[in-house]
Amino acid sequence: MTMPLIFEKSKPGRKAYSLPELDVPKKGPDLLPDWARRKQPASLPEVSEVDLVRHYTELSRRNFGVDQGFYPLGSCTMKYNPKVNEDIAALSGFNSIHPYQPEELVQGALELMYEFGRDLCEISGMYEASLQPAAGAHGELTGLMLIRAYHESRGEGKQRTKVIVPDSAHGTNPASAAFCGYQVVEVKSNERGGVDLNSLREVVSRDVAALMLTNPNTLGLFDENVVEIAKIVHDAGGLLYYDGANMNAIVGIVRPGDMGFDVLHYNVHKTFSTPHGGGGPGCGAIAVKEILAPFLPVPVVEKQGDLYTLDYDRPQSIGSVKGFYGNFNVMVKGFAYIRSLGAEGLRKVAETAVLNANYIMRRLKEYYHLPYDRHCKHEFVIDASHQLKYGVHTNDIAKALLDLGFHAPTVYFPLIVREAMMIEPTETESKETLDAFIEAMIKIAELSKTSAEKLQTAPHNTVVGRLDDVTAARRPVLSWTPPEE
Amino acid sequence: MDYVPHTSEDRSEMLKTIGVSSIDELFSDVPSEVKLDRKLNLPPAMSEFELMKYMSELAGKNATTDCMVSFLGAGVYDHYVPSVVKHIISRSEFYTSYTPYQAEISQGMLQSIFEYQTLMCELTAMDISNASLYDGATGIAEAAMMSSRVTRRQEVIISRAVHPDYRRTLKTYAHNLELNVIEVPFEDGATDIEAIRDLISDKTACVILQSPNFFGCIENMALAAEVAHEKKALFVACVEPISLGILTPPGEYGADIAVGEGQGLGIPMGFGGPHLGFLTCRKEHMRQMPGRVAGETHDDEGRRGYLLTLQAREQHIRRDRATSNICSNQALCALAATVYLSWLGKQGVKEVAELCLEKAHYACERLSSLPGFERKYSAPFFNEFVMKTPVKPEEICEGLVKANILGGLPLGRFYSDLSDSMLMAVTEKRTKEEIDTLCRALEGLV
Repeated sequence: MTMPLIFEKSKPGRKAYSLPELDVPKKGPDLLPDWARRKQPASLPEVSEVDLVRHYTELSRRNFGVDQGFYPLGSCTMKYNPKVNEDIAALSGFNSIHPYQPEELVQGALELMYEFGRDLCEISGMYEASLQPAAGAHGELTGLMLIRAYHESRGEGKQRTKVIVPDSAHGTNPASAAFCGYQVVEVKSNERGGVDLNSLREVVSRDVAALMLTNPNTLGLFDENVVEIAKIVHDAGGLLYYDGANMNAIVGIVRPGDMGFDVLHYNVHKTFSTPHGGGGPGCGAIAVKEILAPFLPVPVVEKQGDLYTLDYDRPQSIGSVKGFYGNFNVMVKGFAYIRSLGAEGLRKVAETAVLNANYIMRRLKEYYHLPYDRHCKHEFVIDASHQLKYGVHTNDIAKALLDLGFHAPTVYFPLIVREAMMIEPTETESKETLDAFIEAMIKIAELSKTSAEKLQTAPHNTVVGRLDDVTAARRPVLSWTPPEE
Repeated sequence: MDYVPHTSEDRSEMLKTIGVSSIDELFSDVPSEVKLDRKLNLPPAMSEFELMKYMSELAGKNATTDCMVSFLGAGVYDHYVPSVVKHIISRSEFYTSYTPYQAEISQGMLQSIFEYQTLMCELTAMDISNASLYDGATGIAEAAMMSSRVTRRQEVIISRAVHPDYRRTLKTYAHNLELNVIEVPFEDGATDIEAIRDLISDKTACVILQSPNFFGCIENMALAAEVAHEKKALFVACVEPISLGILTPPGEYGADIAVGEGQGLGIPMGFGGPHLGFLTCRKEHMRQMPGRVAGETHDDEGRRGYLLTLQAREQHIRRDRATSNICSNQALCALAATVYLSWLGKQGVKEVAELCLEKAHYACERLSSLPGFERKYSAPFFNEFVMKTPVKPEEICEGLVKANILGGLPLGRFYSDLSDSMLMAVTEKRTKEEIDTLCRALEGLV
């Protein structure tokens, strides 16, 4: 059955809203000149409150979240989102505050931001943090802006035009570099899945502003040469950017600052358990070494005696990358998470995430091609090359998983592995859940030999089947139009 | 406290399967010289109860608008958030999901994005909406970069009456792309449109105005659009969505891109975020639009369904040639806006805007009658206005705090020549009594 849109449930004269009566003398038309007044009202849906609630409740039932089941989406760290953090973030003292309230009336909020920033510095081995970026990609862009400002301050802004990105990098890395005005240079991976040092040496020169790296990388592999990589880039005067998307693998075990990185972004909505909200909001807080601190976006939260303040007076600052101070409500949840786990809890996160990933990887190796056979970190990449001979592709496997009650892994990424499936179980999944997923994957591997067609047409148990994405892109329908009368 | 389910038995079984004797072995590829040889220096872990207590104490150190009467605005407004919004966005099927990459099990989020896009197109009277951006400030920056792509020009003209945070963000983004940002002065609180005529050239990618602007004044957007179009530049309108219940929408005065902050649509003020950046545009610019977008299609049985589409513009496909680097956006905030706008409906959105308009004008009139107070500018306004005060506005606000009132925003820190003025906002939540109390408190202060 086709699920109607809210607009298709509208009936003139129905309403859900209630608003207070106007209690001041009504001036009406005099208040606005005619040219400023809207003539044609916006056709918003007219529905009752119960219809509204049922509509969105039904939509929620057509959506799969971590609370519904296992979500091994690689590089997205879909761990359990603790309920207490939701309750904390809903406190009036964190919600009903205006960003321009006088500082003395928001000391709790500023203290939280200050402490959160300090925690993020300790966890990453950095000097100072900014919580302003709203998401990971936003943090990347901000970090690169700092790197640009640093080179400019040394008179090397014009000379350093390139940012090096491994061929296994997240798509946001090259995009962020381009939006920071840099030319992107790709460096190849070696046979162990790490950065190829010879290729790196070839591309590193005095025109390089930075290298962006995620370690473990998108293959889930830790680059053992990271110290050498840092040296090669630093020796040429470049800086090192750490993409913190995979921080869940190393928190409490090794710190980007100690590996030689100069700036990183966190995905607070990954590592620190804040929910992804169906695509956001996130928090892409960054932390930097001392050399980059003067350029941090304003305002920076500072502590002066017992008072927390917002410092706008940073003459070398890049400016601002967002309105106000960042996604505060997400910070509240991330901070609550760090403080509830403490140092030992955080280390256990990384240890267990890595244990879980290796466990699935070892058990699936017999059934799926494992292009890089070594210990992985929090995620790993397999591919469908064993299944291709039966005409079964990665996308078919992903869709078949949906039928079996699991979310699919990240598919067709990283780009350097053909038919890739990137699996990240996270630390919050039990052995029973992992075993059930493994059984499902084995079942699909068997089915690809016997019933390829069933996989090629999956999913069969979902509210819609495979959708026609070609037509959707060719003749885009991006909003609803009422049927012709 | 942690959320790891393994028993020690689980752990040893798993290690055995992997074929290692300890978890440490799995980290043997991390060079020992960089491995952390100590515990992280963090405060001790807390139980759930201790955590709630500690966090409540922090929350308690903030003075909230639930306890104080607020006249603060400047881009973030104290509108009422109906219960249905909180209940719907608290459904964990929505909030614990990722970006809807697997369409067949994400129809809920995808259909709601599609509904959101439709609502934003309706409200702004534009053709196409994306699925959201971070906020109003980054929305302006994205609109400027989009205009530059469309026109292949490198100059952006923006009014000084646009929100100072938005302009600072725009300049920060523009610097890296060598976009030249030119600011236009304002006259009596509204943009000097003749000055745009003097500054605009065939290098201009876009002209950006905000209406109501930072001072609450309604701009002559139609004229500004005309001036922009004469030089084939795009016109970018930064608008406040609640005001569109009653004010002429961007699509009707010739805007090419409408952009803005959607916090007013059922999203808490929350100390400045997460909020909701929205961007709508004309159809011809669709493929230059930044950010995700949901589209309608069918499955092989002809059932209607929704998916993320036009992905060839996006970073995960196009990498360094994408139309934006944005990946995560503000999906849950967009869902809040969708539910809020559906709650209001066709009548409600007009009514809430009218309440804001009437109450703000009442407040302005009452305040202007106080000795030494006068409205700074004469242009028509919606729910926000600038008051010239007889003593320094910072002192007035300090005094008002004692009366449990959050007064306006002193403007001296944003505009040095406005140190005698404050910006005041009035939403549908303010009552006549509260406004009268404000006036009495002010009388006592000067």
